Amino acid sequence: MASIKLNGQRVSVDAAPDTPLLWVIRDHLNLTGTKFGCGVASCGACTILVDGEPMRSCQFRLEDAEGVEISTIEGQEDSAFKNVQAAWRELDVVQCGYCQSGQVMAAAALIRSNPKPTDEDIDEALNGNLCRCGTYQRIRAAVHLAAEKMEA
Amino acid sequence: MSKHLENVSRRGFLKTAGVTSGLILAAPMLSNHVMAAARGEEELVSSGYLAIKPDGTAHVFVHRVEMGQGSRTGLPQVVADELEADWGRLHIEAAFGDKARFGDQNTDGSTSIRKFYDAFRQAGAAARMMIEQAAANEWGVSVSDVEAKKHRVINKITGKSEDFSKFVVAASKLEVPKDVQLKKKADRTFIGKPQRNIYMKQILTGGTQFGQDTIRPNMVFAVAARPPVVGGKVTSYDKAAAMAVDGVLDVVELPALEMPALFKPVGGVAVVASNTWAAMKGREALNAQFEDGANASYDSAEYEKQLWKSIDGDSVTHMKRGDVDAALEGASKTYSADYYVPHQHHIPMEPPAATAEWNGDDLKMWVCCQDPTSVQETVAAFVGKKPEEIYVEATLLGGAFGRKSKPDFAVEAALVAKAVGRPVKMVWSREDDVRHGYYHTVAAQRVNVGVKDGKVTAWKHKAAYPSIGATFNPAADQPGAFELGLGLLDMPFDTANMQVDTGKAPAHVRIGWMRSVANIQQAFAVGSMVDEIAQGEGKNTADMWMELIGFDRKINPSVDLVKQPGAPRDPQYSNYGESLERHPVDTARLKAVLDKVVQMSGYGKDMPKGKGIGISVHRSFVSYVACAAEVEVTDGELKVTNAWMAVDCGVAVNPDRVKAQMEGAVLFGMSIAMHGEITAKDGAIVEGNFDGYPVCRMSECPPVETAIIESDAVPGGVGEPGVPPVAPAITNAIFAATGKRIRRLPIKDQLST
Repeated sequence: MASIKLNGQRVSVDAAPDTPLLWVIRDHLNLTGTKFGCGVASCGACTILVDGEPMRSCQFRLEDAEGVEISTIEGQEDSAFKNVQAAWRELDVVQCGYCQSGQVMAAAALIRSNPKPTDEDIDEALNGNLCRCGTYQRIRAAVHLAAEKMEA
Repeated sequence: MSKHLENVSRRGFLKTAGVTSGLILAAPMLSNHVMAAARGEEELVSSGYLAIKPDGTAHVFVHRVEMGQGSRTGLPQVVADELEADWGRLHIEAAFGDKARFGDQNTDGSTSIRKFYDAFRQAGAAARMMIEQAAANEWGVSVSDVEAKKHRVINKITGKSEDFSKFVVAASKLEVPKDVQLKKKADRTFIGKPQRNIYMKQILTGGTQFGQDTIRPNMVFAVAARPPVVGGKVTSYDKAAAMAVDGVLDVVELPALEMPALFKPVGGVAVVASNTWAAMKGREALNAQFEDGANASYDSAEYEKQLWKSIDGDSVTHMKRGDVDAALEGASKTYSADYYVPHQHHIPMEPPAATAEWNGDDLKMWVCCQDPTSVQETVAAFVGKKPEEIYVEATLLGGAFGRKSKPDFAVEAALVAKAVGRPVKMVWSREDDVRHGYYHTVAAQRVNVGVKDGKVTAWKHKAAYPSIGATFNPAADQPGAFELGLGLLDMPFDTANMQVDTGKAPAHVRIGWMRSVANIQQAFAVGSMVDEIAQGEGKNTADMWMELIGFDRKINPSVDLVKQPGAPRDPQYSNYGESLERHPVDTARLKAVLDKVVQMSGYGKDMPKGKGIGISVHRSFVSYVACAAEVEVTDGELKVTNAWMAVDCGVAVNPDRVKAQMEGAVLFGMSIAMHGEITAKDGAIVEGNFDGYPVCRMSECPPVETAIIESDAVPGGVGEPGVPPVAPAITNAIFAATGKRIRRLPIKDQLST
């Protein structure tokens, strides 16, 4: 039985040590906000925060999760995330919404570390987050808007 | 067609709708598509979209699925507008599969608004009229003295107003009005105004329920090893090795696929486990072996040669005007070009997934499907039930683009759940999705054009590509009229001599429809050739389009169609299932969207070296879209630097969503133009994930500006029509920037060589 710290709480998981956190979170802990898109760190739909850094949960194994703080979209509540949510709502960014958990996780992480990102900064930070619906233009605008909201 | 609305509250509808009492309305299906399905009048009135509870809550049953296109927001807007509803008091119900009640639920073909606009308006308007009548009765005034406004009824004599809830019960006892009074355009409250996605909150907090997200008590997880070649069969597998993997619970063989493919599962072996990862490891351990069968010789490079042979070989003529061969013979200048578009794949962000739960003989399913009734029908045949006996809920779809209208994956879930006696979620990995798709076809086209005295006098177009029809009927071995009708049979040109031919192209993989379907390759060829003629004739491409399209008129493409030997009747242009009266092929609207993007983009102005703007325009799904793309080519590197879209989709119910669909269509079209290529080797698909089949990323996304043409025409499609003009606009822009003509997609590294 492994034990991990998720969204501020310690939880026990009965899964093989090589199980990617993606499946631990989704199948064992029933938190489905973290999405499965590719399984090879190519799409960003499964983005979580590990000690505050965005990571692909499909590549992060349970056995490596000891001693780290993991958080998923369900556990986000700081002002960066709230401003990202507000900006996303304001610009009606989403289409199908499937990739957007990963997009907002990555966007909030960006503005935490870079309060005034340029278009290039945004493209670089979010280039690993695919959106097949093609909402990129609105994501870009919403990241700027969220950054403005942080200043206000 | 009856416009009669019936109050079915006395027919047991209340109970099934989960509403205990109140006003229920069933609107008839004012849909050609449904009419075409030859339903009886009795059945037509037995469907319901709106139920108002005594507390005034308006339950809107949206029978169409939500995959990002906005139906679950747009259709409620339509009903709310006519109802004079307060948006906050709508309760939007995602309807489950029930053909008898809801009619057509197949959410594809850009049909949700265009097919159900009238029915949803009527449902709302009739309810409003009944509530107004009940209020007038209560107050003892004439109905003309009352008026519904934002969930209240105003007494125009006294100026006092009361909430809808006060009148619902009385209204529910009234007859449904036979002549429904629809609101005037000026009085619209929701139609034509931007409305936010109703699922926004869940999406931004991780609380959504996509097909991959279904959780049922006691549920287990399954993945399957499937034959890499369509029609292949399992020959051996190591069940013990799979069972030895920690967490694996069972191994279940799936029935082998008997052709035709239809929506049936492809066969293979499923591994069931306590989590998805364990199931995947179990699948590896299975070491399943397959016999490949008749399609094992399919090889993309070889197949392309075969397509070009078909282009050179015998033809079937589908459309003929004048004498194209004589006109080509007599032309002073001719143009000939070959265009190639390889297989494409939908690759929605959410891979397919389905959950099945058996309770004794009862089967319930949660599926990210585009059509819950098709799931019912397809699964029914495999489990020995009637379609209506299976409860199917369409979850939210994490993108679909046509893939999820084929419920092969749902059958797998039902069979495995039955075998293991527990609820099962059948999870498709990305590789499963890419390697077991219903691919967009692979197309070769040759266009020959003749010009005499500066005027185009001949357009001869031949296409060879495997037909979607082959998925249903193995005898379908070349493009069908239903595919040619997507951009070729309806070419809007005032050219005296035209012909559309096809050549043989048998299918070796499952061919399916993908966002905008055959318009993809056909608009690419037509849009490219117009640009080629313009360049050759020293004309501006916008002028060339205008000259080819000619004077303002409404075209009836049926007049030039050729009757095939043995066909029972004269061919009819399908017009996306609509009548030409309701949705004409209107050249003025086509020209107007082109004019608009020319104006927006500044097309025709001088551009610096290495930069260029290209344009194209196309009518599809009875809407009109023009695209202008600006590109920059530096040392063989392509960047799309700007895109402009102009769309005339008739009434734009949710204009911001229409814009969003155009923005998305630019990216979808860019992915096709720049990256998309599915290939087969020894019958199996080579690509497996986003590395092999890339789609556009954030850094490739240009600013996209969209203009919606103000229109009072009935709504046309929106989800698909943006895609077709994008690829030719980009390749035409490349020509403008570099002088290099791209005739085969994807562009990939063609500019660096």
